[in-house]
Amino acid sequence: MLEIFQYPFMQRAFIVGILIGVIIPLIGMIMVLKRLSMIGDALSHTALAGVAAGLAFNINPIFAAIIFSVFSALGIEKIRKAIPKYGEIAIAVVMSTGIGLAAILSDYVKNANFHSFLFGSIVVITNFELILVVGLSFIVLLTLSLLYKELFYITFDEESARLAGIPVAIIRFIFTLLTAITVSVSSRIVGTLVISSMIVLPVATAMQIGKSYWQTTVLSVIISVTTIVLGLFISFYSDFKPGGTIVIINVICLIISLIRFKKQ
Amino acid sequence: MDNIIEVLDVGFAYNGNQILNKISFNIPKGTFTGVIGPNGSGKSTLVKLLLDILSPNEGKIKIMGMDVKKFKEWNKIGYISQKVNTFNGAFPATVEEIVRANLYSKIGLFKRPRKFHKSLVDEALDKVGMLPYKKNLIGKLSGGQQQRVFIARVLVSEPEILILDEPTVGIDAKSEEAVYCLLARLNKELGITIMMVTHDIGAVTVHADRLLCLGDKGLMIHNTDSNLSREQVSEIYGYHINLHSHACDKCKWKAGGTC
Repeated sequence: MLEIFQYPFMQRAFIVGILIGVIIPLIGMIMVLKRLSMIGDALSHTALAGVAAGLAFNINPIFAAIIFSVFSALGIEKIRKAIPKYGEIAIAVVMSTGIGLAAILSDYVKNANFHSFLFGSIVVITNFELILVVGLSFIVLLTLSLLYKELFYITFDEESARLAGIPVAIIRFIFTLLTAITVSVSSRIVGTLVISSMIVLPVATAMQIGKSYWQTTVLSVIISVTTIVLGLFISFYSDFKPGGTIVIINVICLIISLIRFKKQ
Repeated sequence: MDNIIEVLDVGFAYNGNQILNKISFNIPKGTFTGVIGPNGSGKSTLVKLLLDILSPNEGKIKIMGMDVKKFKEWNKIGYISQKVNTFNGAFPATVEEIVRANLYSKIGLFKRPRKFHKSLVDEALDKVGMLPYKKNLIGKLSGGQQQRVFIARVLVSEPEILILDEPTVGIDAKSEEAVYCLLARLNKELGITIMMVTHDIGAVTVHADRLLCLGDKGLMIHNTDSNLSREQVSEIYGYHINLHSHACDKCKWKAGGTC
């Protein structure tokens, strides 16, 4: 067995990395195609505020992050509905609120490494986090596969999806919840500053190669999982930060795809 | 003849501007109705009211005899907007995937499409002449081809009414011609009721049975078996209009006869 797999912390890192590598692009695909990729950034910053609140007031930081993210995601939806022509304002408002709150609350955090939440800590996964990620991945995979055709239609053309009889409001609500939970749990693992890149980059690369929606979805998952595994290997042997390494590998993949596979 | 759409004394105001003022009309089943009028006359608002995207301030709308607010069979209504201008051309979906999406009412929630549904997609694409392109990405097609795909997408759910809001905007004259002929064929061959908002008065006069003209003076209904004069159209629009038709001279699906 390779040395890297002899350490339990690395075994856990690979399991969690692969699971997150599968679910993030599945959520990311819809966010990117709906031109809402920055929502991931906004939610990860409010999740950070949740982490700070959790650490400051002795609540489990991941649960606090999930609660903050869910309310922020619902807030974004509400503001987008109120000003539909300038939907991105909602993302800016929520992101600024998240950064502001995180900055204030972080001053109250004692005896905890708040910075580990900024860049993640994929190699120091606790058993609780492992169970959380396994459970979350199961729920996300099940929901997205059951709602595959409905989410495809809503993403492509929401108005026509509604006319076709799809319960758009309910499905959007479910997707918003899944996004908020996925982003807050994943930010703990790969880091707040890295999560939005993980949402966008594998999807952007897959879009250069894929010849259908299904193919693009599958490719984005393959690219995401491969880059995470590769990133973990490189960071283990070179001592680079895993989150940053994974992002840089993804950027390189995107550049190669833009040069090599640019669709005619 | 049964009326498939009934609009009675409908008024709609937005931000204090009266856009539609107590208009009434019926659309009989199996007819091809064109809706014309200058920008701001309320044509697209009327479409949104019929689709229950907007609610009227007064009056009643009935679809297939049922109040629009209680109407549930939206799969029987096919809506085609100015998609060519507005949809995301980089969306990585094939023609087949897009048409199949509208089979939702036939497949159902949480279920996957079966072989039978795939044959329905092929049939719909064949009707609009796009079957050979079913594996192509939608963004790689021309504007006219994309609009034909969107027509196939509504046809796949076997609608009784097609409502089109300026479907030929942004596509070239030849493709426009093909779209008009296709719509006229669907109306005459399959008996689908068509209501189309357009600025192409010349072409719609050739293919439609009736014209609904929205203007400052309210609503006028004109039968196309008598010619709509340049003066009449200019009066509706409030400025001088020349009538040019992009409709194919050889199209045998013209209203009231063949060539």
